Amino acid sequence: MLEAVVFYTLAAFILGFGVLVVTARNTVHSVLFLVANFLCVAVVFVMLAAEFLAIIQVLVYAGGIVVLYLFVVMLVNLKRPPEAPLDTRRQSRAGFVLAAVLLAELSAILVYTAGRPAPAPVPGPAVAAGTGNTEAVGMLLYTDYLVPFEVASMLLLVAMVGAIILARKDV
Amino acid sequence: MLPITPYHYLVLSAALFMIGVMGVMVRRNIIIIFMSIELMLNAVNINLAVFSQQLQNAAGQVFAIFVIAVAAAEAAVGLGIILAFYRNKETLNIDEINILKW
Repeated sequence: MLEAVVFYTLAAFILGFGVLVVTARNTVHSVLFLVANFLCVAVVFVMLAAEFLAIIQVLVYAGGIVVLYLFVVMLVNLKRPPEAPLDTRRQSRAGFVLAAVLLAELSAILVYTAGRPAPAPVPGPAVAAGTGNTEAVGMLLYTDYLVPFEVASMLLLVAMVGAIILARKDV
Repeated sequence: MLPITPYHYLVLSAALFMIGVMGVMVRRNIIIIFMSIELMLNAVNINLAVFSQQLQNAAGQVFAIFVIAVAAAEAAVGLGIILAFYRNKETLNIDEINILKW
């Protein structure tokens, strides 16, 4: 019962903030709604017993990426509104239609599979009793997924160098 | 009230993904489009966490962490490109960002 109340409240907040991110006129407001959205998603992760993921979500997304967005929004102070309407009417309608088609497709998949029995659990590597979610994720990250982990660190290094070079004054 | 099943989370995730798709297709401001992409990546992360819980396997959460890492890299490079482009063309409207179009 409590779980249902929490879930529906969170779902309403997540979808509401998502709509506000997309529809807000002011880009700064949009970024702030994005922060609220990320925090609500972090609570959903806690509900799903993924505490480590929730912490990462708050630290990396709400703390790091959003600050990056805010910096860029503040740096590009527009003298004129960014969306001077050319002929956006037709484009918007096409966007709505395409998104509706995609939603119908996903809903059809959900309805189609809803009647089936839930798949059996696929237990991961045994985790010692008494350890939590963070230990389980860390164990997987540093054993089975060590190579992807290193590749991800390489990707972040390359992205950092690329961002610095792109944002230099004399490009 | 019904108990909350994984399908509830999947519907939430699909709806959030659709909001992101809508943002990419309807808005013309490139920063808003980037934020819509972040919304979509978040929806995918919810999916991964749900299946990780359902299947009792933490590998889904590991992949969600990789998604977050790639999203961070994408945001850094994309915003760098936006800054460099803004210095040259003074616009953020993607209808005017068409110099690579044939």
